[in-house]
Amino acid sequence: MKVLLGMGGAEDSLDALEETVTRAAAAGDELTIGIVENPESDRTPEQLVAAANAELGAVGLDADVRQLSGDPGSSLVQVAESEEFDQIVLGGGQRSPMGKIRLGQIAEFVLLNSHVSVKLVR
Amino acid sequence: MSDERVYPEDVAGEFPRPPTEFTDHENREIEVRAWREHHDADSEAFEALVEMYVDFDPADRAQGVPPVGETRVRDWLENLLEQDGFDVLAWHGDDVVGHGTLVPDDETTFELAIFVHQDYQGAGIGTELIEALLGYGQEHGAEYVWLTVERWNRPAVALYEKVGFETASAESFEMEMAIRLS
Repeated sequence: MKVLLGMGGAEDSLDALEETVTRAAAAGDELTIGIVENPESDRTPEQLVAAANAELGAVGLDADVRQLSGDPGSSLVQVAESEEFDQIVLGGGQRSPMGKIRLGQIAEFVLLNSHVSVKLVR
Repeated sequence: MSDERVYPEDVAGEFPRPPTEFTDHENREIEVRAWREHHDADSEAFEALVEMYVDFDPADRAQGVPPVGETRVRDWLENLLEQDGFDVLAWHGDDVVGHGTLVPDDETTFELAIFVHQDYQGAGIGTELIEALLGYGQEHGAEYVWLTVERWNRPAVALYEKVGFETASAESFEMEMAIRLS
């Protein structure tokens, strides 16, 4: 399966990275990691590229890691649709101190706009 | 959590402090008491609270809370109650039938949630519970309170508006409401 993992750098996108890389190695997915600029995140795109490469290296998986410019949600959807991906994977939201799940802005945009199936990692 | 949250300009009036007592629309005597007074001594209160949530209809969950299953309910409640927040319980005899919580972001700002057991909904308990919770917060220096609510949950939104919450941000799937307590 051709999978596009979108990473904006919030905590949940690191969980999604780990889960997706593990699953891609086991299932033989063709994985692309799209690093986007998330204004809600403290991590820089360079840090995310490094995190992605470290995770890939740990399981010996080859993947295309690229930085996407422009609006994060729409650039992910555009790449997924124009390059015929089977699935977009994103972090499944953060929990407030109360324990309530809240989706990030990027996930909300992608869910409402993508014609490609979307997977949220919890 | 959201930088765009807007609090009302006006400060809300004074809310009643717990404990409060009232008769609900079904003629049941309900008492709202602060949790803190029970915290260490009375684990019966904790067990009664667990029991309410274990029996809670999953269809009334909001954004993943309360969790389903006793183990998860206990973990969630222990984590909630050990934070420096404020909690009130609505009691009918020995049963907990409602719970309101203020969870701290910092010393003056709190996230609010209330839950009323299905057998006790629509009887005016939510209003009494939230008022006592806000009164309890006011008493202890809470200044800003916010919450999220799914926008299709009309009864909840109406209740929050009735006690003075205003829409703070409507850009997400769930909407944010806020009130200024002091």
